[in-house]
Amino acid sequence: MMRWRLIVPVLVVFVLIVLLGYGLTRRPDILPSAFIDKPAPAFDLPTLASDRERISAADLKGSVTLVNVWASWCVACRAEHELITAVSRRTGVPVVGLNYKDTEEDALRWLGRYGNPFAVVAFDPSGAVGIDWGVSAVPETFVIDAEGIIRYKVVGPITREEMNATLIPKLEQLKGADS
Amino acid sequence: MRLFAALVLLLAMVNAQAVDLEGDQLARYHELNAELRCLICQNRSIAESDAPLAKDLRTIVEKQIAQGRSDAEIKQYLVDRYGKWVLYDPPLDSATLILWIGPFVLLAIGLLVVVLMMRRRREAPPERPSLDRDRLTRVLDEQTQPTDSASSKERS
Repeated sequence: MMRWRLIVPVLVVFVLIVLLGYGLTRRPDILPSAFIDKPAPAFDLPTLASDRERISAADLKGSVTLVNVWASWCVACRAEHELITAVSRRTGVPVVGLNYKDTEEDALRWLGRYGNPFAVVAFDPSGAVGIDWGVSAVPETFVIDAEGIIRYKVVGPITREEMNATLIPKLEQLKGADS
Repeated sequence: MRLFAALVLLLAMVNAQAVDLEGDQLARYHELNAELRCLICQNRSIAESDAPLAKDLRTIVEKQIAQGRSDAEIKQYLVDRYGKWVLYDPPLDSATLILWIGPFVLLAIGLLVVVLMMRRRREAPPERPSLDRDRLTRVLDEQTQPTDSASSKERS
């Protein structure tokens, strides 16, 4: 009896610590995506800085692709710009830009100033396609496999650690499965 | 609850954008907005938030109501895109089961503990310490006249 009196409170406190620890280490600002392992949502948009007139979801099929949602007014996009370029160069995976709630003029100026890492940029000034893709804030980066299925998503700017530890291995793995 | 609804309505009116709905549909619009979470500001509904995304979502709600979609359809449309997270009133399913039944389980455990404690108390009334006069005298004697053997016994 005495032993239980001692064990139970200790156990309760322990469980509480574990739960609180879990709560503290979670990132509530990173939402689970509703799209993992689902086909990329349909879209059909005009392009920027490309010979192509339009781009649609069907164009994402056939090879592994990175879709990066960005805007010229988005400071974090500027921060990850260099890494997006590096990922594409190191893996050979093309990056499709989804320019979100921007003006053509600003977007083109941004690309001209910092360099264009995108194979093609879809232009979505109203943000309607952004909503179809479940974008809550820019930047967001989607990994799409050769079948056009979303396999991974990074919310917010990618970091160098995340790029090396997760993003590049993920892309290589999908490329391996593809060939 | 009615007060809350009135407050929400008031808030919605304060940051009103021109909405092309009337009567019943307008009421549904405000109700839905209050039940949908703003994805960026997280702890506000899209009715309360001024974030551009919240505005877009309000427009979507408005358009879909005008198209005659049901509340469930509109919610599903947003859940498909943003996950169940967008709902302030989470549906009962495997992922939210703990959320829904957890409080009742805790309540049941608490009640069980109380019942067990009460039963034990009734079954075994607190023991009255029985007075052993012989032992009492012995202990008192030892206390008042400590001997070497007694103190060494205590220590061991």
